[in-house]
Amino acid sequence: MQIKPILSALRRHKAGTVLIALQIALTLAIVCNALYIIHQRLAHIAEPTGVDEPNLFAMANLWGEQYTKEQAAAKVQQDLATLRQLPSVADATPTDGYPLRGGGWDNFITMKPDQTAKTTDASVYVGDEHFLRTLGLKLIAGRDFNAGEVQNMGLRESTIPPVTIISKTLADRLFPNGDALGKSFYSMSSTPTTIIGIVDTLHRQDVSTWSAPYTGQSLIWPLRLAQPLGVFYVVRAKPGQLADAMREAPKALYAENRMRMFPAKDGLVNYQQIREEAFERDRGMAILMGIICAVLLAITAAGIVGLTSFWVGQRRRQIGVRRALGATHRDILHYFLTENLLISLGGIAIGTLLAFGLNLWLVKTFSLGFLPLTYVLGGMVTLVLLGQGAVFAPALRASRVPPIEATRPA
Amino acid sequence: MSMFVYYLGLGWRSLRRNPVLTALMVMAIAFGVAASMITWSVFRVVSGNPIPWKSSQLYNVQIDNRGPQYNEPGNEPPDALNYTDAVALMQAHKAPHQTMLYDIAPSVLPQNANDLPSTTTGYATTADFFTMFDVPFKYGSPWTNADDDGHAAVAVISDALNQRLFGGANSVGRDVTLDMHAYRIVGVTEHWDPKPRYYDAYDNMEFANPAQVYISVNRAVDIHVGMAGRNNCGGAPAHFSNDEQWLHRECAWIPFWAELPTQADAERYKEFLTAYSAEQQQAGRFQWAPNVRLRNVTEWLDHEKVVPAESRISLFVSIGFFIICLVNTIGLLLAKFMRRSSEIGVRRALGATRREVYAQFLMEAATVGLAGGVLGLLLTIVGMQGIGLLFEPDVARLAHLDMSLLLTTLIVAVLATVIAAFYPTWRAAQVQPAWQLKSN
Repeated sequence: MQIKPILSALRRHKAGTVLIALQIALTLAIVCNALYIIHQRLAHIAEPTGVDEPNLFAMANLWGEQYTKEQAAAKVQQDLATLRQLPSVADATPTDGYPLRGGGWDNFITMKPDQTAKTTDASVYVGDEHFLRTLGLKLIAGRDFNAGEVQNMGLRESTIPPVTIISKTLADRLFPNGDALGKSFYSMSSTPTTIIGIVDTLHRQDVSTWSAPYTGQSLIWPLRLAQPLGVFYVVRAKPGQLADAMREAPKALYAENRMRMFPAKDGLVNYQQIREEAFERDRGMAILMGIICAVLLAITAAGIVGLTSFWVGQRRRQIGVRRALGATHRDILHYFLTENLLISLGGIAIGTLLAFGLNLWLVKTFSLGFLPLTYVLGGMVTLVLLGQGAVFAPALRASRVPPIEATRPA
Repeated sequence: MSMFVYYLGLGWRSLRRNPVLTALMVMAIAFGVAASMITWSVFRVVSGNPIPWKSSQLYNVQIDNRGPQYNEPGNEPPDALNYTDAVALMQAHKAPHQTMLYDIAPSVLPQNANDLPSTTTGYATTADFFTMFDVPFKYGSPWTNADDDGHAAVAVISDALNQRLFGGANSVGRDVTLDMHAYRIVGVTEHWDPKPRYYDAYDNMEFANPAQVYISVNRAVDIHVGMAGRNNCGGAPAHFSNDEQWLHRECAWIPFWAELPTQADAERYKEFLTAYSAEQQQAGRFQWAPNVRLRNVTEWLDHEKVVPAESRISLFVSIGFFIICLVNTIGLLLAKFMRRSSEIGVRRALGATRREVYAQFLMEAATVGLAGGVLGLLLTIVGMQGIGLLFEPDVARLAHLDMSLLLTTLIVAVLATVIAAFYPTWRAAQVQPAWQLKSN
């Protein structure tokens, strides 16, 4: 196929050509970035928590009365005994939060006591000797806490326990040589805390972008919250009995002591609900970007169909002349397909620049990641195929123009 | 006027002549404008000024109480004050009005002994809070500065809590039991819920449910009413082992606001803050030069990045989408107008001026825009039902359909289409009457 006559024909339709190319360019820029946003959000949603999600639920237990540290500790112990006795419950633990709760407690970590700049940041979980078993965490090195190590923690007590269990991600971050077990670090205190165990995966409580650089970095301290405000209970139901356990647990706790509150929001939630809430923003973003991509591609395709149809209508006579001079159906079809390919390639060239430009701006303004080349390549292929697909019907119509058209006035 | 109607009629007939092309344009505009309007409906709330008549007179105060090594980039001090500094600024009383506050979440005991206690949220604050932030009252009034000085057990409750506890009756003078302590109710607010909640952006409460209860901070500290908000001790070792010690350490947790009517007042107040910090440096408490910030409401909302990134990105992407739809429309209009070259030629030959051709084709474009706007309006209404899928509930429930959004949708659709039509119309007006007649 000769490209030169196509180019000189396009020069006579500058406006239309530029408009289609521009539309393809803008579409490429937006679709690449939107797809990348979708990918990032879905990856975030898919992050593993490391806990036995199908059988877990959490209760935010706020006290209706003001207890001292000792009273609160006794109440918590009593609650735990009640929960663990329930036929549908496998185990329970008192804690300050759970993976994906959002926000929560986190501490700066340093390697030396007098170090002022942090080495990194860890999400802080506290719990008793049932914590690992309740959450279903996988201990890959060292040992679990024993009952003797668990201390009560009153309001505003900043005591840092001498022992800790940390996630593998945090262990690897602090001790890249893989020899974290038995080593110590500091966490906003002048006394060290020693790593006695490492668990495979334990997601942070926080899911915001602030936490992104510290994904998967968590530590557990053997502390039982004994505070006037309240405590979280994480409860593991026996397999298949989650619904029963979620029904029985609050009833049993109220029966034991009614001066307590489970707030309407997050008072009693299973992991399906926790996940839904944690990733609301991400899911919404993915859906919106998905809708926009789909409609955008449809509209761009429709635009190409519309303009090409117009061109075909406008050039019926010229097509007739070419046919009369011996051009086959196939030649005419190829002519329009090639024309569209040339315009698409032009649009894609500009669109690639726009895509990276838009990405740079998103990186700068919203700390989005850098757009991988594969997305742009994928976008290019998609748009070329879209263009060729859109132009096919009008091109086919053009190829059916009879040579007799050459004799008719325009 | 008659020409207007004539062109409208011409436009309508022309649109019916190419139903597919017309439908394409109308749909492109409708989708573009609907996507932009749905994301705009969220953006306008989250980026709005919650107190426009006063936002340049209310200032958030920051004081560097921990030193540069613990500060955020730009040597940015903590976003809230510690107790020591907050109390010192309250006592200095250098602004006409100033207030400190912290988040509380006390249990409220029901009037009926058989009911279960329930949760509330609110603030421990001072009398000036209500005048500074223009809180409307249904019954009673705020407590007084004398109540603050006397550490009085007084409370203001919201209309919603008043409804829950007293069935909506005037409860001024009655008692409310919070965390097992009794408080005398001095006032009941009207429904009051400024969005974003600028005065507590520190605790990320910008879009939270309205506060239900307010108590005097001096009393709250006396009896250790738990702080339910964000406690930022920075990276420094904490050095406290109970509530009392924590109160006097360098943890930041108290948003502090000053009302400063003029720019000069604000400058004077900043000088005062600097002098205060210098004093602390001389006394040996701060080992660094004074480092303070004074930001008014809009600056503060900016600094706290109150507008969710998601809301911004989706608005920008939607506008980009709309622009593509318009480019699409330009192309289609061009095709449509140029197809009628001969008609234009005839009209021009019969004496129509360029201006009249302009009027006719812009009018036709406006018809397309109006149709796109109406369809876009329907899509916006449908989209608003599903907005909970796209944004988190706290933010999604703020977005609502009102007359101004409906009007904006229509106006934006028509205006954008008319602007998009300028180039195709200009091309149409260039048609040479003689040339067209000849070729026929």
